[in-house]
Amino acid sequence: MSALPLILAIPLAGAIALAFIADHRIGGWVNVAASLATFLASLLLLVFETPEPSAFAFIDDFNIYLVILTSFVGYTAAWFSAGYIAHEIVEGRLTPAYLRFYHAMYQVLSFAMLLALTANNIGVMWAAVELATLTTVVMVSLYRTRPSLEAAWKYFILGSVGIALALFGTILVYLAAQKAMGPGMEALTWSSLYAEAPNFEPELLNLAFVFLLVGYGTKTGLVPLHAWLPDAHAEGPTPISAVLSGLLLNVALYAIVRFKMLLAANGDALAPGPLLIVMGLTSLFVAALMLYRRRDIKRLFAYSSIEHMGVITFAFGMGGPLANFAGLLHMALHSLTKSAIFYAVGLASQARGTQQLERIRGLTASHPALGWALVAGTVAISGLPPFGLFMSEFVLISSTFPRAPVLGVLLLIGLLIAFGGLMLSLHGIAFGAAERDHRPLAGSLIPLYAHLVLILIAGVFLPGPLVAWFQAVAEGLR
Amino acid sequence: MFATIAYDLSHMAGAMVLLAGFVVLYQRRVLGVLRAFAAQSIAVAGAAAWQAYSQEAPHLYVTAAIALLLKGIAAPIALNRIVRRLDIHRTVETAVGIGATMLAGVGLVVLATLLVLPVTVSSAALTRETLAIALSVVLIGFLMMITRRNAITQVVGFMSLENGLVLAAVGVKGMPLVVEMSVAFSLLIAFILFGMFFFRIRERFDTLDLQSIESFRGERR
Repeated sequence: MSALPLILAIPLAGAIALAFIADHRIGGWVNVAASLATFLASLLLLVFETPEPSAFAFIDDFNIYLVILTSFVGYTAAWFSAGYIAHEIVEGRLTPAYLRFYHAMYQVLSFAMLLALTANNIGVMWAAVELATLTTVVMVSLYRTRPSLEAAWKYFILGSVGIALALFGTILVYLAAQKAMGPGMEALTWSSLYAEAPNFEPELLNLAFVFLLVGYGTKTGLVPLHAWLPDAHAEGPTPISAVLSGLLLNVALYAIVRFKMLLAANGDALAPGPLLIVMGLTSLFVAALMLYRRRDIKRLFAYSSIEHMGVITFAFGMGGPLANFAGLLHMALHSLTKSAIFYAVGLASQARGTQQLERIRGLTASHPALGWALVAGTVAISGLPPFGLFMSEFVLISSTFPRAPVLGVLLLIGLLIAFGGLMLSLHGIAFGAAERDHRPLAGSLIPLYAHLVLILIAGVFLPGPLVAWFQAVAEGLR
Repeated sequence: MFATIAYDLSHMAGAMVLLAGFVVLYQRRVLGVLRAFAAQSIAVAGAAAWQAYSQEAPHLYVTAAIALLLKGIAAPIALNRIVRRLDIHRTVETAVGIGATMLAGVGLVVLATLLVLPVTVSSAALTRETLAIALSVVLIGFLMMITRRNAITQVVGFMSLENGLVLAAVGVKGMPLVVEMSVAFSLLIAFILFGMFFFRIRERFDTLDLQSIESFRGERR
């Protein structure tokens, strides 16, 4: 008995149903219901025993946590989206006809991400990532304004190139496996690939990894392949920015980490760590510097996502139980924190009718509940206690120093630069002089506060079983 | 006897694809680019069909048919219409001169060969060489996307990059999911063409140019 077919079937059924629901209000709530059902089904993965890898599905502790995280954030984002989208209709920025499409696409996106996470086949995983890219491209262009089309086009072209390179890498992995495993589907299947990895041809595997890193790295938003990311975040609807940042980047990173494990299992192949460390640190520094002098609030937090993806990539590059632990924790907490921030940003930009930072000022005075939540979120994302990201960054830094002091210093400097950039902007957003022209909040604050409570709990007291579980996963990652 | 003919024909098909890649590269008119690209896609279809026959893998005929119908015929016609409807410049706008691009293309072929041949020593000779050619085609597609500025030529660059991937996938003996992958890519291409037509995207977007990241609303005004 496994919950997996359910997890994939619900979003798919939801997508089909939503394609036929013309009323956008009903559509919005069906979207929430389907996402909630997916989340509940994903919890069943914890109840039932981990199933043996089948031809289609490969479930282990690593992806169970990502599946649950993905369906949870998918659910809260759908909730946030229902209120947000209704307001956009009132404002006349969207028409109901687009929304039918939007809601169906939302479920297709959930399906694609969950499929990519659980597929036992590197070809299927590749196709799922492609599907996720296509659906997000459509959603980024939802407003049909010139900037949004431009952003979608850029995302599309860069994403397609990334996907093409990832496919070349996938073919090379197959070729590397062929000598040991012979032709056939087996040589594309994760579970058998891991079993046979020591017998692969290391040189081919190296070449494959470079292509895969560049390909999926484009989707992860690693510098210098990040050019699409700020635009796509800034010009699309805010719930999609939350899902992109919180989930899709994780999915692409998941693929990279899986392939990295394949190289590690081989032994003779090059150590993928230094590659990941260099890309991670570069992303961290470039994005941290870009955090200064931003004028668009969503763009600001998009760069912050690049920064955090850099930190996570760095952590997995360092490897070892502690750094992997920090990486896994950071992945989860960044998703929760960043999507919370985007919920707040979405509400704030609707209340002020703009995304311009200079016109979103003094939020704590005009909308205290929202303003303080955004302050808390920004404090959390810059890695300050008492929130969870402080924990993971602390573990990462303290585990890096004994092993590679120089890298530890670099990491710390990068994080401090990012911290400064965020704090400078936060000051204006939270405490600047508020404009008089503002509207009451349109959407629900509950998803936002739910996320904040979770990251606060994670920062103050991470439950013992959860820690043990993360540790077990981290050990298994190699 | 048959084995050597099979080998030679596969080689020839691969070489035709690469050659057509260069032809795409030196065109100065958009219509010429489209014609050369159609020729490349037909060569890929031929390569896939030949592999289907010689490997006795009938599913590869589907890949060949997709390459022929979608990329050899439908895409060039659609792009041709887009060029005329949207009144796009008929000449190719280059970021780097044609001569320099050709030299860079030759350099990329050398690079691909030097990269692939040493790491595939133990693979079958045909696989190795097809892979080297395929990687060259992929890299030349990249070069096209980077050095040609308008959206049409960028899309053609992407599709010829994809031709290289198909060549690689059919060249690897017994590779499963090739058909599914080519279907997935067709979806991508159909989507691109649809998007261009529907949203009237005709100007260049320097997608790999970091300068243009901040040209949008909200930044740099």
